[in-house]
Amino acid sequence: MMIWRRLNLEGRAGFVLLVVLVLMALLAPWIVPGDPLAITGEALLRPFTSDAHLLGTDRLGRDVLSELLYGTRTTLLVAFFSAAASLIIGSFVGTLAGFLGGIADAILMRITEAFQTVPGFLLALATISVTGPSVPTLIFAISIGNWTQAARVTRAEVLSLRERDFVAAARTLGMRPLEIAFREILPNAFGPAASLAAISVAAAILIEAALSFLGFGDPNRVTWGSMIAEGRTVLRTAPYLSIVPGLALVVTVLSVHLIGRGLSRNERLLQS
Amino acid sequence: MPPLASFFVKRLLGAIPVLGVVLVGSFLLLEAAPGDAVDSYVAGSGGLDASQLAQLRQAWGLDQGPMNRFIAYISALAHGDFGWSTAFQRPVLSVIFERLPVTLLLMGIATALAFFLGSLLGIIAGAKPGSLRDRFLSIGSLALYAVPGFWLGLVLIVIFAVDLRWLPIGGIETIASGKTGLARMADIATHLVLPVASLAMVYLALYLRLMRDRMSEIRRDPFVTGLKARGLSRRRIVWRHVARNAVLPVTTMLGWQAAVMLGGSVVVESVFAIPGFGRLAAEAVSRRDTPLLLGIILCSAITVIIANLLVDLAYGKLDPRVRVGR
Repeated sequence: MMIWRRLNLEGRAGFVLLVVLVLMALLAPWIVPGDPLAITGEALLRPFTSDAHLLGTDRLGRDVLSELLYGTRTTLLVAFFSAAASLIIGSFVGTLAGFLGGIADAILMRITEAFQTVPGFLLALATISVTGPSVPTLIFAISIGNWTQAARVTRAEVLSLRERDFVAAARTLGMRPLEIAFREILPNAFGPAASLAAISVAAAILIEAALSFLGFGDPNRVTWGSMIAEGRTVLRTAPYLSIVPGLALVVTVLSVHLIGRGLSRNERLLQS
Repeated sequence: MPPLASFFVKRLLGAIPVLGVVLVGSFLLLEAAPGDAVDSYVAGSGGLDASQLAQLRQAWGLDQGPMNRFIAYISALAHGDFGWSTAFQRPVLSVIFERLPVTLLLMGIATALAFFLGSLLGIIAGAKPGSLRDRFLSIGSLALYAVPGFWLGLVLIVIFAVDLRWLPIGGIETIASGKTGLARMADIATHLVLPVASLAMVYLALYLRLMRDRMSEIRRDPFVTGLKARGLSRRRIVWRHVARNAVLPVTTMLGWQAAVMLGGSVVVESVFAIPGFGRLAAEAVSRRDTPLLLGIILCSAITVIIANLLVDLAYGKLDPRVRVGR
């Protein structure tokens, strides 16, 4: 329970929330058996009016609670993998740029800047339009707009590490340059990049939600974004259909932010 | 050269490699998408026979290798030809220019509002770190920062347009109202209230956090102790000295934030049915209009570069220690 001890009160609240969300995602098939997209009852039942459908039903008579729980799966799956992917891509590029220096550094940093210049959401949209929407392509599309911060942070760290004694020692041992970069320097430079994890996860959740709200999410899965979009068609008569999955999004992103803020006292990381 | 002009030239030269990477990237996307420019041109005009198609491909340089195609793409762009939009059956650039002003207006107001209100609340919170109002504002901004802008828009619609009927539900102005001049401007303003609010609220939280954190950092600086020793009032120290120093680095965020806001405008404009640049992006994807989508990406990259340039200029004005052009 190393994480637990490092967290402040707010961070612990976030941690508990996130654990509950992960459990909800894992246990969804046992809590709400059956296909979440199956029509199981009367359409547009209000929440808390039926024992069979605790949170009511949507426009087509699908159970909102099962959709919500299965939506947790999609959200967490896409968010964690794309955050991991963007950290890996970012720290890889950052290590190369910082270690190689010179022209390679200049080229890699111009590429990083170019990716920062194009809005990440547009980049994700464009990628999805070429690859088509599915969970793996969503993870890819979100991470290619999301890795630049990690690259910058890692590069800065590598620049300060590469002159240290242990690097010189590795050189005298006869290690090849790339081996030094990735076996000696990267593990030491990864810390600051990893502290971006919470921000990456939160950003990925929001981008995935916005994509599936616009209808560019995985069509075979329930997502909170698509639930909000679906509920929007009956916004006047049944606003809760859009409001409930949105609240789930807020709680999830908030829990991630609380953990991130509790873990890193270095709050300036939120800036770049 | 006068310093300002040389600053501009230097910055524009610096932007060229970045823009070059964006161009290569968008060319690769164009190549990866099914169909080519001739296919999209023909899609709307009914169809041509094979020899005419080949002729058109030759005329547009599409029958050559990838390198030559890339050169043809770049030279067309240099002539202001961003390609042909399949969905609208018009040149891409004219579609974009028609949609851009609305989005710039929306983004401009939202950014100004988020920056001023966010910094103001950040100063209030950061003036007394750890106090009750600081904790309240910090937690509040963290919660607000977790809210998806498009969902906030829907909630605002439910409250202010559906229930209270105070504000219009969407669009940029009342259709065929025949309003002109001031009446039309007032009409547009009422239509902008909710979309601006839903874009601005989320970023307000960001500026609040940044400002608050900078404030509490600078307060520990020795120069603040010096000011206290000189007997300056707390209020004067906070507003005239600490806040002034804290706001500078926050300003530099504004430029990059333009990219994030352009992305956010895609969903917010879709929620409020605003015929802007952002919704155009969503339309381009759902109508499989790749040339239009790439035009949008290029234009937003250029917008972000210009925004950063303007921020740097403003920074030079705000901070006497930084002199633009040197």
